[in-house]
Amino acid sequence: MRTRQVALHVSLTVGGLLMLFPFVWMLLTSFKGTHQMLNNPTDWLPSPWLPQNYVEVLTGSTILGAFWNSFYIAVVNVALTLLTSAMAAYAFARIKFRGSGALFVLFLATQMVPPQVTIVPLYLMLAKFGWVDSHMSLIVPTIVNPFAVFLLRQFIRAVPVELEEAARIDGANRWTIFWRIVLPNIKPGLGAMGIIAFLAAWNSYFFPLIFLNTPELFTVPMLLATYAKQFGAIDYGLILAASSIAVVPTLIAFLIGQRKIINSMAASGLGGR
Amino acid sequence: MATLTRPRTAPAHASPKGKVRSRDGLWAAFFLAPQVIGLIVFLVVPLGFALVLAFMKWDGLGNQSWVGFDNFAAQLGDPEFGRAVWNTVKIALITVPIGLSLAVLIAVGLNSIKGGNFYRVLYFMPVVTSSVAVALIWQVILANDENGVLNTSLKNWFGITAPDWLGSPQWVVVSIAVVTIWSSLGLNVVIFMAGLQTIPPQVFEAARIDGASPVQIFRRVTLPLLSPTIFFSTIVAVISSLQAFDLIYVLVDPKDNEGAQTIVFRVFELGFQKFEFGMSSAASILLLLLTLIVTLVQFAAQKRFVHYDS
Repeated sequence: MRTRQVALHVSLTVGGLLMLFPFVWMLLTSFKGTHQMLNNPTDWLPSPWLPQNYVEVLTGSTILGAFWNSFYIAVVNVALTLLTSAMAAYAFARIKFRGSGALFVLFLATQMVPPQVTIVPLYLMLAKFGWVDSHMSLIVPTIVNPFAVFLLRQFIRAVPVELEEAARIDGANRWTIFWRIVLPNIKPGLGAMGIIAFLAAWNSYFFPLIFLNTPELFTVPMLLATYAKQFGAIDYGLILAASSIAVVPTLIAFLIGQRKIINSMAASGLGGR
Repeated sequence: MATLTRPRTAPAHASPKGKVRSRDGLWAAFFLAPQVIGLIVFLVVPLGFALVLAFMKWDGLGNQSWVGFDNFAAQLGDPEFGRAVWNTVKIALITVPIGLSLAVLIAVGLNSIKGGNFYRVLYFMPVVTSSVAVALIWQVILANDENGVLNTSLKNWFGITAPDWLGSPQWVVVSIAVVTIWSSLGLNVVIFMAGLQTIPPQVFEAARIDGASPVQIFRRVTLPLLSPTIFFSTIVAVISSLQAFDLIYVLVDPKDNEGAQTIVFRVFELGFQKFEFGMSSAASILLLLLTLIVTLVQFAAQKRFVHYDS
Protein backbone atom coordinates (compact mmCIF):
# COMPACT_ATOMS: atom_id res chain seq x y z
CA MET A 1 0.00 0.00 0.00
CA ARG A 2 2.81 2.40 0.91
CA THR A 3 4.83 1.66 -2.23
CA ARG A 4 1.69 2.25 -4.29
CA GLN A 5 1.27 5.67 -2.72
CA VAL A 6 4.90 6.53 -3.43
CA ALA A 7 4.64 5.34 -7.04
CA LEU A 8 1.47 7.39 -7.48
CA HIS A 9 3.10 10.51 -6.08
CA VAL A 10 6.15 10.03 -8.29
CA SER A 11 4.16 9.63 -11.52
CA LEU A 12 1.80 12.48 -10.65
CA THR A 13 4.80 14.70 -9.93
CA VAL A 14 6.42 13.80 -13.25
CA GLY A 15 3.13 14.64 -14.99
CA GLY A 16 2.86 17.85 -12.98
CA LEU A 17 6.36 18.91 -14.04
CA LEU A 18 5.41 18.32 -17.68
CA MET A 19 2.42 20.59 -17.12
CA LEU A 20 4.59 23.22 -15.46
CA PHE A 21 7.59 23.11 -17.82
CA PRO A 22 6.17 25.30 -20.64
CA PHE A 23 5.34 28.06 -18.15
CA VAL A 24 8.79 27.89 -16.56
CA TRP A 25 10.46 27.90 -19.97
CA MET A 26 8.37 30.90 -20.97
CA LEU A 27 9.49 32.89 -17.93
CA LEU A 28 13.16 31.89 -18.19
CA THR A 29 13.43 32.62 -21.91
CA SER A 30 11.65 35.94 -21.55
CA PHE A 31 14.60 37.20 -19.48
CA LYS A 32 17.27 36.14 -21.97
CA GLY A 33 18.98 38.75 -24.10
CA THR A 34 19.36 38.54 -27.85
CA HIS A 35 23.02 37.66 -27.47
CA GLN A 36 22.24 34.58 -25.39
CA MET A 37 19.37 33.54 -27.68
CA LEU A 38 21.78 33.52 -30.61
CA ASN A 39 24.76 31.83 -28.97
CA ASN A 40 23.48 29.53 -26.22
CA PRO A 41 19.77 29.16 -26.93
CA THR A 42 19.26 26.05 -24.80
CA ASP A 43 20.93 27.32 -21.65
CA TRP A 44 18.34 26.89 -18.96
CA LEU A 45 18.98 30.02 -16.97
CA PRO A 46 19.29 33.51 -18.39
CA SER A 47 22.75 34.94 -17.90
CA PRO A 48 22.57 37.75 -17.22
CA TRP A 49 18.89 38.25 -16.36
CA LEU A 50 17.78 41.05 -18.65
CA PRO A 51 14.48 42.93 -18.41
CA GLN A 52 14.96 44.41 -21.88
CA ASN A 53 12.27 42.26 -23.51
CA TYR A 54 9.72 43.44 -20.96
CA VAL A 55 10.73 47.05 -21.42
CA GLU A 56 10.36 46.67 -25.15
CA VAL A 57 6.93 45.01 -24.97
CA LEU A 58 5.57 47.52 -22.47
CA THR A 59 6.82 50.54 -24.41
CA GLY A 60 6.51 49.19 -27.95
CA SER A 61 2.99 47.78 -27.84
CA THR A 62 -0.42 48.73 -26.50
CA ILE A 63 -0.58 45.74 -24.17
CA LEU A 64 -1.60 47.76 -21.10
CA GLY A 65 -4.48 49.26 -23.04
CA ALA A 66 -5.37 45.74 -24.18
CA PHE A 67 -5.62 44.68 -20.54
CA TRP A 68 -8.12 47.42 -19.86
CA ASN A 69 -10.10 46.51 -23.01
CA SER A 70 -10.20 42.81 -22.08
CA PHE A 71 -11.13 43.61 -18.51
CA TYR A 72 -14.01 45.98 -19.10
CA ILE A 73 -15.40 43.93 -22.00
CA ALA A 74 -15.40 40.81 -19.84
CA VAL A 75 -16.96 42.58 -16.84
CA VAL A 76 -19.80 44.16 -18.82
CA ASN A 77 -20.40 40.96 -20.78
CA VAL A 78 -20.48 38.80 -17.64
CA ALA A 79 -22.78 41.17 -15.73
CA LEU A 80 -25.31 41.29 -18.56
CA THR A 81 -25.01 37.54 -19.18
CA LEU A 82 -25.70 36.73 -15.53
CA LEU A 83 -28.64 39.11 -15.20
CA THR A 84 -30.42 38.08 -18.40
CA SER A 85 -29.77 34.35 -18.09
CA ALA A 86 -30.90 34.35 -14.46
CA MET A 87 -34.10 36.07 -15.59
CA ALA A 88 -34.72 33.49 -18.32
CA ALA A 89 -33.77 30.69 -15.94
CA TYR A 90 -36.32 32.01 -13.42
CA ALA A 91 -39.07 31.98 -16.04
CA PHE A 92 -38.22 28.40 -17.04
CA ALA A 93 -37.93 27.20 -13.45
CA ARG A 94 -40.87 28.95 -11.79
CA ILE A 95 -43.44 30.40 -14.20
CA LYS A 96 -45.91 28.11 -15.94
CA PHE A 97 -46.49 29.26 -19.50
CA ARG A 98 -47.47 27.61 -22.75
CA GLY A 99 -44.54 26.29 -24.80
CA SER A 100 -42.14 26.43 -21.87
CA GLY A 101 -40.72 22.95 -22.49
CA ALA A 102 -40.37 23.40 -26.25
CA LEU A 103 -38.67 26.78 -25.87
CA PHE A 104 -36.22 25.34 -23.35
CA VAL A 105 -35.31 22.50 -25.70
CA LEU A 106 -34.83 25.02 -28.52
CA PHE A 107 -32.47 26.98 -26.26
CA LEU A 108 -30.36 23.91 -25.57
CA ALA A 109 -30.42 22.77 -29.21
CA THR A 110 -28.78 26.00 -30.38
CA GLN A 111 -25.72 24.98 -28.35
CA MET A 112 -25.01 22.35 -30.97
CA VAL A 113 -24.51 24.95 -33.70
CA PRO A 114 -20.80 25.71 -34.16
CA PRO A 115 -20.05 29.44 -33.92
CA GLN A 116 -18.39 29.15 -37.35
CA VAL A 117 -21.74 28.44 -39.02
CA THR A 118 -23.22 31.78 -38.02
CA ILE A 119 -20.04 33.85 -38.19
CA VAL A 120 -20.35 35.09 -41.81
CA PRO A 121 -24.02 36.19 -41.49
CA LEU A 122 -23.27 37.62 -38.06
CA TYR A 123 -20.41 39.64 -39.50
CA LEU A 124 -22.59 41.01 -42.31
CA MET A 125 -25.33 41.85 -39.79
CA LEU A 126 -23.06 43.55 -37.27
CA ALA A 127 -21.49 45.51 -40.12
CA LYS A 128 -25.00 46.91 -40.78
CA PHE A 129 -25.31 47.81 -37.08
CA GLY A 130 -21.97 49.64 -37.30
CA TRP A 131 -20.56 47.26 -34.68
CA VAL A 132 -17.62 45.93 -36.70
CA ASP A 133 -14.33 47.22 -35.32
CA SER A 134 -16.17 48.17 -32.12
CA HIS A 135 -16.30 46.51 -28.71
CA MET A 136 -20.07 46.08 -29.10
CA SER A 137 -19.37 43.08 -31.35
CA LEU A 138 -17.52 41.38 -28.47
CA ILE A 139 -19.82 42.44 -25.63
CA VAL A 140 -23.33 41.91 -26.98
CA PRO A 141 -23.72 38.72 -29.11
CA THR A 142 -22.12 36.44 -26.50
CA ILE A 143 -24.61 37.59 -23.85
CA VAL A 144 -26.92 34.98 -25.38
CA ASN A 145 -25.83 32.00 -23.32
CA PRO A 146 -28.12 28.95 -23.30
CA PHE A 147 -25.69 27.08 -21.09
CA ALA A 148 -25.92 29.79 -18.42
CA VAL A 149 -29.73 29.61 -18.59
CA PHE A 150 -29.55 25.84 -18.15
CA LEU A 151 -27.07 25.96 -15.25
CA LEU A 152 -28.87 28.74 -13.35
CA ARG A 153 -32.22 26.99 -13.84
CA GLN A 154 -30.79 24.02 -11.96
CA PHE A 155 -29.79 26.32 -9.09
CA ILE A 156 -33.15 28.13 -9.01
CA ARG A 157 -35.05 24.84 -8.84
CA ALA A 158 -33.15 24.04 -5.66
CA VAL A 159 -34.40 27.21 -3.91
CA PRO A 160 -37.36 26.28 -1.63
CA VAL A 161 -40.64 27.45 -3.18
CA GLU A 162 -41.93 28.33 0.31
CA LEU A 163 -39.61 31.34 0.42
CA GLU A 164 -41.23 32.76 -2.70
CA GLU A 165 -44.74 32.00 -1.55
CA ALA A 166 -44.19 33.80 1.73
CA ALA A 167 -43.03 36.87 -0.18
CA ARG A 168 -45.98 36.66 -2.54
CA ILE A 169 -48.45 36.60 0.34
CA ASP A 170 -46.76 39.75 1.59
CA GLY A 171 -47.63 41.36 -1.75
CA ALA A 172 -44.32 41.08 -3.62
CA ASN A 173 -44.55 40.81 -7.39
CA ARG A 174 -42.47 38.52 -9.61
CA TRP A 175 -39.66 41.03 -10.12
CA THR A 176 -39.32 41.73 -6.40
CA ILE A 177 -39.30 38.00 -5.70
CA PHE A 178 -36.67 37.44 -8.37
CA TRP A 179 -34.47 40.32 -7.21
CA ARG A 180 -34.86 39.96 -3.43
CA ILE A 181 -35.39 36.24 -2.91
CA VAL A 182 -34.14 34.22 -5.88
CA LEU A 183 -30.90 36.02 -6.79
CA PRO A 184 -29.50 36.12 -3.22
CA ASN A 185 -30.26 32.41 -2.89
CA ILE A 186 -28.38 31.35 -6.02
CA LYS A 187 -25.16 33.27 -5.31
CA PRO A 188 -22.99 30.12 -5.63
CA GLY A 189 -24.51 29.45 -9.05
CA LEU A 190 -23.99 33.04 -10.15
CA GLY A 191 -20.40 32.89 -8.90
CA ALA A 192 -19.67 29.67 -10.76
CA MET A 193 -21.28 30.84 -13.97
CA GLY A 194 -19.61 34.23 -13.61
CA ILE A 195 -16.19 32.61 -13.45
CA ILE A 196 -16.87 30.42 -16.49
CA ALA A 197 -18.22 33.35 -18.52
CA PHE A 198 -15.36 35.63 -17.44
CA LEU A 199 -12.71 33.12 -18.52
CA ALA A 200 -14.46 32.61 -21.85
CA ALA A 201 -14.63 36.36 -22.50
CA TRP A 202 -11.11 37.04 -21.22
CA ASN A 203 -9.51 34.36 -23.39
CA SER A 204 -11.70 34.73 -26.46
CA TYR A 205 -9.76 35.05 -29.71
CA PHE A 206 -12.08 34.09 -32.58
CA PHE A 207 -14.46 37.05 -32.28
CA PRO A 208 -11.75 39.74 -31.89
CA LEU A 209 -9.93 38.19 -34.85
CA ILE A 210 -13.02 38.49 -37.02
CA PHE A 211 -14.39 41.81 -35.79
CA LEU A 212 -11.50 44.09 -34.76
CA ASN A 213 -9.03 45.96 -36.98
CA THR A 214 -7.82 48.90 -34.91
CA PRO A 215 -4.88 47.94 -32.65
CA GLU A 216 -6.06 50.30 -29.89
CA LEU A 217 -9.26 48.25 -29.60
CA PHE A 218 -7.47 44.89 -29.30
CA THR A 219 -8.01 42.56 -26.36
CA VAL A 220 -5.04 40.78 -24.78
CA PRO A 221 -5.18 37.54 -26.86
CA MET A 222 -5.69 39.52 -30.06
CA LEU A 223 -2.81 41.87 -29.31
CA LEU A 224 -0.58 38.96 -28.34
CA ALA A 225 -1.28 37.05 -31.56
CA THR A 226 -0.77 40.14 -33.73
CA TYR A 227 2.44 41.07 -31.91
CA ALA A 228 3.74 37.53 -32.37
CA LYS A 229 2.98 37.56 -36.08
CA GLN A 230 5.00 40.78 -36.31
CA PHE A 231 8.06 39.74 -34.31
CA GLY A 232 7.64 35.98 -33.81
CA ALA A 233 10.09 34.76 -36.39
CA ILE A 234 12.70 37.27 -35.28
CA ASP A 235 12.73 37.28 -31.52
CA TYR A 236 11.33 34.50 -29.33
CA GLY A 237 12.43 36.29 -26.15
CA LEU A 238 10.21 39.22 -27.02
CA ILE A 239 7.22 36.97 -27.76
CA LEU A 240 7.61 35.07 -24.52
CA ALA A 241 7.93 38.31 -22.55
CA ALA A 242 4.64 39.44 -24.10
CA SER A 243 3.12 36.03 -23.31
CA SER A 244 4.32 36.25 -19.70
CA ILE A 245 2.76 39.68 -19.30
CA ALA A 246 -0.51 38.25 -20.64
CA VAL A 247 -0.43 34.97 -18.71
CA VAL A 248 1.00 35.77 -15.28
CA PRO A 249 -1.87 37.99 -14.01
CA THR A 250 -4.39 35.34 -15.07
CA LEU A 251 -2.41 32.63 -13.29
CA ILE A 252 -2.11 34.71 -10.11
CA ALA A 253 -5.87 35.34 -10.12
CA PHE A 254 -6.38 31.62 -10.67
CA LEU A 255 -4.09 30.65 -7.77
CA ILE A 256 -5.96 33.02 -5.44
CA GLY A 257 -9.39 31.69 -6.35
CA GLN A 258 -8.34 28.19 -7.39
CA ARG A 259 -10.77 26.17 -5.28
CA LYS A 260 -13.82 28.10 -6.42
CA ILE A 261 -12.67 28.28 -10.04
CA ILE A 262 -11.89 24.57 -10.30
CA ASN A 263 -15.14 23.55 -8.62
CA SER A 264 -17.15 25.83 -10.93
CA MET A 265 -15.55 24.38 -14.03
CA ALA A 266 -16.01 20.84 -12.73
CA ALA A 267 -19.69 21.49 -12.06
CA SER A 268 -20.12 22.85 -15.58
CA GLY A 269 -18.46 19.75 -17.00
CA LEU A 270 -20.96 17.56 -15.20
CA GLY A 271 -23.75 19.52 -16.87
CA GLY A 272 -24.80 21.03 -13.56
CA ARG A 273 -25.68 17.66 -12.09
CA MET B 1 -38.45 49.18 -12.84
CA ALA B 2 -41.31 51.07 -11.19
CA THR B 3 -43.42 50.91 -14.34
CA LEU B 4 -43.39 47.14 -14.15
CA THR B 5 -44.86 47.04 -10.67
CA ARG B 6 -48.52 46.32 -11.22
CA PRO B 7 -50.91 47.53 -8.55
CA ARG B 8 -52.93 44.71 -7.10
CA THR B 9 -56.33 45.82 -8.29
CA ALA B 10 -57.95 42.47 -8.94
CA PRO B 11 -61.46 42.73 -7.51
CA ALA B 12 -62.45 40.03 -5.09
CA HIS B 13 -65.11 38.51 -7.35
CA ALA B 14 -62.82 37.99 -10.40
CA SER B 15 -61.67 34.45 -11.03
CA PRO B 16 -58.27 34.41 -9.32
CA LYS B 17 -56.98 31.53 -11.42
CA GLY B 18 -57.56 33.16 -14.79
CA LYS B 19 -56.11 36.42 -13.54
CA VAL B 20 -52.91 34.82 -12.31
CA ARG B 21 -52.47 32.89 -15.54
CA SER B 22 -52.72 35.81 -17.92
CA ARG B 23 -50.40 37.83 -15.72
CA ASP B 24 -47.93 34.94 -15.60
CA GLY B 25 -47.76 34.92 -19.37
CA LEU B 26 -46.73 38.57 -19.33
CA TRP B 27 -44.18 37.99 -16.58
CA ALA B 28 -42.71 35.04 -18.47
CA ALA B 29 -42.40 37.20 -21.58
CA PHE B 30 -40.72 39.94 -19.56
CA PHE B 31 -38.19 37.60 -17.92
CA LEU B 32 -37.44 35.74 -21.14
CA ALA B 33 -37.28 38.77 -23.42
CA PRO B 34 -33.56 39.67 -23.27
CA GLN B 35 -32.26 36.13 -23.86
CA VAL B 36 -34.95 35.16 -26.38
CA ILE B 37 -34.60 38.35 -28.43
CA GLY B 38 -30.82 37.93 -28.34
CA LEU B 39 -31.15 34.30 -29.37
CA ILE B 40 -33.31 35.24 -32.34
CA VAL B 41 -31.15 38.18 -33.45
CA PHE B 42 -27.69 36.69 -32.91
CA LEU B 43 -28.33 32.97 -33.51
CA VAL B 44 -31.57 32.03 -35.23
CA VAL B 45 -31.52 34.77 -37.89
CA PRO B 46 -27.81 34.27 -38.76
CA LEU B 47 -28.37 30.51 -38.88
CA GLY B 48 -31.28 30.97 -41.31
CA PHE B 49 -29.18 33.44 -43.30
CA ALA B 50 -26.32 30.90 -43.43
CA LEU B 51 -28.70 28.25 -44.79
CA VAL B 52 -29.79 30.65 -47.53
CA LEU B 53 -26.24 31.79 -48.30
CA ALA B 54 -25.09 28.21 -48.75
CA PHE B 55 -27.28 28.00 -51.85
CA MET B 56 -26.08 31.28 -53.28
CA LYS B 57 -23.06 32.69 -54.99
CA TRP B 58 -22.29 36.03 -53.39
CA ASP B 59 -19.13 38.06 -52.94
CA GLY B 60 -20.69 40.34 -50.32
CA LEU B 61 -21.10 43.20 -52.79
CA GLY B 62 -23.67 43.39 -55.54
CA ASN B 63 -23.62 40.14 -57.46
CA GLN B 64 -25.70 37.35 -56.05
CA SER B 65 -27.41 34.40 -57.68
CA TRP B 66 -28.97 31.09 -56.71
CA VAL B 67 -26.75 28.14 -57.44
CA GLY B 68 -28.67 25.27 -55.84
CA PHE B 69 -26.41 22.61 -54.39
CA ASP B 70 -23.38 23.77 -56.39
CA ASN B 71 -21.52 25.11 -53.33
CA PHE B 72 -21.94 21.82 -51.49
CA ALA B 73 -20.94 19.83 -54.57
CA ALA B 74 -17.92 22.07 -55.09
CA GLN B 75 -16.77 21.63 -51.49
CA LEU B 76 -17.33 17.87 -51.46
CA GLY B 77 -15.46 17.53 -54.75
CA ASP B 78 -12.61 19.81 -53.67
CA PRO B 79 -9.51 17.84 -52.60
CA GLU B 80 -8.60 20.73 -50.27
CA PHE B 81 -11.89 20.30 -48.41
CA GLY B 82 -11.39 16.53 -48.28
CA ARG B 83 -7.95 17.08 -46.80
CA ALA B 84 -9.41 19.49 -44.23
CA VAL B 85 -11.97 16.87 -43.17
CA TRP B 86 -9.28 14.19 -42.92
CA ASN B 87 -6.97 16.47 -40.90
CA THR B 88 -9.82 17.38 -38.54
CA VAL B 89 -10.77 13.73 -38.04
CA LYS B 90 -7.15 12.70 -37.47
CA ILE B 91 -6.64 15.37 -34.82
CA ALA B 92 -9.86 14.32 -33.06
CA LEU B 93 -8.93 10.63 -33.22
CA ILE B 94 -5.61 11.29 -31.46
CA THR B 95 -6.74 13.99 -29.03
CA VAL B 96 -9.96 12.57 -27.63
CA PRO B 97 -9.06 8.96 -26.69
CA ILE B 98 -5.58 9.77 -25.37
CA GLY B 99 -6.65 12.97 -23.61
CA LEU B 100 -9.63 11.38 -21.88
CA SER B 101 -7.81 8.14 -20.93
CA LEU B 102 -4.99 10.13 -19.34
CA ALA B 103 -7.53 12.28 -17.52
CA VAL B 104 -9.36 9.23 -16.11
CA LEU B 105 -6.10 7.67 -14.89
CA ILE B 106 -4.91 10.92 -13.29
CA ALA B 107 -8.30 11.55 -11.68
CA VAL B 108 -8.37 8.05 -10.18
CA GLY B 109 -4.80 8.54 -8.96
CA LEU B 110 -5.53 11.94 -7.44
CA ASN B 111 -8.64 10.59 -5.74
CA SER B 112 -6.68 7.93 -3.93
CA ILE B 113 -3.91 10.09 -2.44
CA LYS B 114 -3.70 12.82 0.17
CA GLY B 115 -2.72 16.30 -0.99
CA GLY B 116 -4.41 15.87 -4.34
CA ASN B 117 -5.39 19.52 -4.49
CA PHE B 118 -1.80 20.63 -5.10
CA TYR B 119 -1.60 18.49 -8.24
CA ARG B 120 -5.10 19.52 -9.26
CA VAL B 121 -3.99 23.17 -9.32
CA LEU B 122 -0.85 22.25 -11.28
CA TYR B 123 -2.76 20.32 -13.95
CA PHE B 124 -5.40 23.03 -14.19
CA MET B 125 -3.07 25.95 -14.94
CA PRO B 126 -3.17 25.56 -18.76
CA VAL B 127 -7.00 25.53 -18.67
CA VAL B 128 -7.18 29.15 -17.50
CA THR B 129 -4.43 30.25 -19.89
CA SER B 130 -5.51 31.83 -23.17
CA SER B 131 -5.14 29.51 -26.14
CA VAL B 132 -3.13 32.20 -27.94
CA ALA B 133 -0.49 32.22 -25.19
CA VAL B 134 -0.50 28.41 -25.05
CA ALA B 135 0.12 28.29 -28.80
CA LEU B 136 2.94 30.84 -28.64
CA ILE B 137 4.75 29.09 -25.79
CA TRP B 138 4.61 25.75 -27.60
CA GLN B 139 5.62 27.37 -30.87
CA VAL B 140 8.93 28.34 -29.27
CA ILE B 141 9.40 24.95 -27.58
CA LEU B 142 8.69 22.97 -30.76
CA ALA B 143 10.53 25.27 -33.18
CA ASN B 144 12.87 23.46 -35.52
CA ASP B 145 15.75 25.91 -35.19
CA GLU B 146 18.52 26.40 -32.62
CA ASN B 147 16.03 28.12 -30.29
CA GLY B 148 13.60 25.21 -30.24
CA VAL B 149 14.43 23.69 -26.88
CA LEU B 150 12.94 20.26 -27.59
CA ASN B 151 14.81 19.47 -30.78
CA THR B 152 18.08 21.07 -29.67
CA SER B 153 18.00 19.10 -26.42
CA LEU B 154 17.19 15.83 -28.21
CA LYS B 155 20.16 16.46 -30.46
CA ASN B 156 22.65 17.57 -27.79
CA TRP B 157 21.74 14.93 -25.20
CA PHE B 158 20.78 11.91 -27.28
CA GLY B 159 22.07 12.68 -30.76
CA ILE B 160 18.55 12.32 -32.17
CA THR B 161 17.57 14.43 -35.15
CA ALA B 162 13.91 15.03 -34.40
CA PRO B 163 11.31 15.88 -37.04
CA ASP B 164 10.13 19.38 -37.77
CA TRP B 165 7.12 19.23 -35.44
CA LEU B 166 5.34 22.27 -36.78
CA GLY B 167 6.68 22.29 -40.34
CA SER B 168 5.91 18.78 -41.55
CA PRO B 169 2.31 18.08 -42.61
CA GLN B 170 2.42 14.64 -40.95
CA TRP B 171 3.90 15.66 -37.60
CA VAL B 172 1.93 18.85 -37.22
CA VAL B 173 -1.19 16.76 -36.59
CA VAL B 174 0.59 15.07 -33.67
CA SER B 175 1.88 18.41 -32.36
CA ILE B 176 -1.60 19.93 -32.45
CA ALA B 177 -2.97 16.88 -30.60
CA VAL B 178 -0.25 17.02 -27.92
CA VAL B 179 -0.72 20.73 -27.26
CA THR B 180 -4.50 20.33 -27.20
CA ILE B 181 -4.24 17.47 -24.71
CA TRP B 182 -1.83 19.50 -22.55
CA SER B 183 -4.17 22.46 -22.47
CA SER B 184 -7.41 20.57 -21.79
CA LEU B 185 -6.16 17.76 -19.53
CA GLY B 186 -6.77 19.64 -16.26
CA LEU B 187 -10.40 20.37 -17.06
CA ASN B 188 -11.16 16.71 -17.79
CA VAL B 189 -9.25 15.63 -14.67
CA VAL B 190 -11.35 17.81 -12.35
CA ILE B 191 -14.56 16.77 -14.11
CA PHE B 192 -13.70 13.08 -13.62
CA MET B 193 -12.68 13.73 -10.00
CA ALA B 194 -16.09 15.33 -9.39
CA GLY B 195 -17.70 12.34 -11.12
CA LEU B 196 -15.75 9.91 -8.95
CA GLN B 197 -16.91 11.70 -5.82
CA THR B 198 -20.54 10.96 -6.71
CA ILE B 199 -19.82 7.22 -6.42
CA PRO B 200 -20.67 6.00 -2.91
CA PRO B 201 -17.49 4.82 -1.10
CA GLN B 202 -19.32 1.68 0.13
CA VAL B 203 -19.22 0.32 -3.43
CA PHE B 204 -15.42 0.34 -3.46
CA GLU B 205 -15.37 -0.98 0.10
CA ALA B 206 -17.59 -3.93 -0.85
CA ALA B 207 -15.41 -4.78 -3.86
CA ARG B 208 -12.28 -4.65 -1.69
CA ILE B 209 -13.80 -6.94 0.94
CA ASP B 210 -14.71 -9.38 -1.82
CA GLY B 211 -11.01 -9.52 -2.63
CA ALA B 212 -10.94 -7.53 -5.86
CA SER B 213 -7.52 -6.25 -6.91
CA PRO B 214 -7.03 -2.52 -7.67
CA VAL B 215 -7.00 -3.29 -11.41
CA GLN B 216 -10.22 -5.29 -11.11
CA ILE B 217 -11.85 -2.51 -9.09
CA PHE B 218 -10.82 0.00 -11.76
CA ARG B 219 -12.20 -2.10 -14.62
CA ARG B 220 -15.32 -3.55 -13.00
CA VAL B 221 -16.40 -0.81 -10.58
CA THR B 222 -14.80 2.56 -11.32
CA LEU B 223 -15.13 2.61 -15.11
CA PRO B 224 -18.78 1.45 -15.29
CA LEU B 225 -19.88 3.84 -12.56
CA LEU B 226 -17.94 6.71 -14.12
CA SER B 227 -19.22 5.94 -17.62
CA PRO B 228 -22.01 8.57 -17.68
CA THR B 229 -19.40 11.27 -16.95
CA ILE B 230 -17.00 9.78 -19.50
CA PHE B 231 -19.78 9.75 -22.08
CA PHE B 232 -20.68 13.40 -21.44
CA SER B 233 -17.00 14.44 -21.61
CA THR B 234 -16.48 12.47 -24.82
CA ILE B 235 -19.36 14.29 -26.50
CA VAL B 236 -17.96 17.67 -25.42
CA ALA B 237 -14.38 16.74 -26.36
CA VAL B 238 -15.33 15.47 -29.82
CA ILE B 239 -17.40 18.57 -30.60
CA SER B 240 -14.69 20.95 -29.42
CA SER B 241 -12.07 18.98 -31.33
CA LEU B 242 -14.08 19.14 -34.57
CA GLN B 243 -14.56 22.88 -34.07
CA ALA B 244 -11.06 23.76 -32.83
CA PHE B 245 -9.54 26.86 -34.34
CA ASP B 246 -7.79 29.40 -32.04
CA LEU B 247 -4.93 27.23 -30.85
CA ILE B 248 -4.17 25.73 -34.26
CA TYR B 249 -4.39 29.04 -36.08
CA VAL B 250 -1.78 30.62 -33.80
CA LEU B 251 0.45 27.56 -33.33
CA VAL B 252 0.98 26.98 -37.06
CA ASP B 253 -0.06 29.31 -39.81
CA PRO B 254 -2.25 26.89 -41.80
CA LYS B 255 -1.27 28.72 -44.96
CA ASP B 256 2.30 27.49 -44.47
CA ASN B 257 1.39 23.92 -43.60
CA GLU B 258 -1.46 22.03 -45.23
CA GLY B 259 -1.46 19.53 -42.36
CA ALA B 260 -2.89 22.24 -40.09
CA GLN B 261 -5.79 23.07 -42.40
CA THR B 262 -8.97 21.97 -40.65
CA ILE B 263 -12.62 22.37 -41.64
CA VAL B 264 -12.97 25.49 -39.53
CA PHE B 265 -9.91 26.95 -41.21
CA ARG B 266 -11.54 26.36 -44.61
CA VAL B 267 -14.70 28.15 -43.41
CA PHE B 268 -12.58 31.05 -42.15
CA GLU B 269 -10.42 31.24 -45.27
CA LEU B 270 -13.35 31.04 -47.71
CA GLY B 271 -15.39 33.60 -45.80
CA PHE B 272 -12.89 36.13 -44.55
CA GLN B 273 -9.95 35.87 -46.92
CA LYS B 274 -11.51 34.89 -50.26
CA PHE B 275 -14.91 36.49 -49.55
CA GLU B 276 -16.76 33.53 -51.05
CA PHE B 277 -19.61 33.74 -48.56
CA GLY B 278 -21.73 31.03 -50.19
CA MET B 279 -18.86 28.53 -50.24
CA SER B 280 -17.96 29.38 -46.67
CA SER B 281 -21.53 28.84 -45.48
CA ALA B 282 -21.76 25.54 -47.35
CA ALA B 283 -18.51 24.35 -45.73
CA SER B 284 -19.74 25.41 -42.28
CA ILE B 285 -23.03 23.57 -42.77
CA LEU B 286 -21.12 20.44 -43.76
CA LEU B 287 -19.22 20.85 -40.48
CA LEU B 288 -22.52 21.15 -38.62
CA LEU B 289 -23.79 17.97 -40.31
CA LEU B 290 -20.57 16.13 -39.40
CA THR B 291 -20.94 17.29 -35.79
CA LEU B 292 -24.56 16.10 -35.67
CA ILE B 293 -23.80 12.71 -37.23
CA VAL B 294 -20.85 12.03 -34.93
CA THR B 295 -22.88 13.06 -31.88
CA LEU B 296 -25.84 10.88 -32.89
CA VAL B 297 -23.52 7.90 -33.41
CA GLN B 298 -22.11 8.46 -29.94
CA PHE B 299 -25.61 8.59 -28.44
CA ALA B 300 -26.45 5.34 -30.23
CA ALA B 301 -23.25 3.74 -28.96
CA GLN B 302 -23.82 4.81 -25.36
CA LYS B 303 -26.52 2.15 -24.89
CA ARG B 304 -23.82 -0.49 -25.08
CA PHE B 305 -21.11 1.19 -23.05
CA VAL B 306 -22.71 3.54 -20.57
CA HIS B 307 -24.01 2.27 -17.27
CA TYR B 308 -26.88 4.16 -15.63
CA ASP B 309 -28.10 3.44 -12.14
CA SER B 310 -31.72 2.38 -12.23
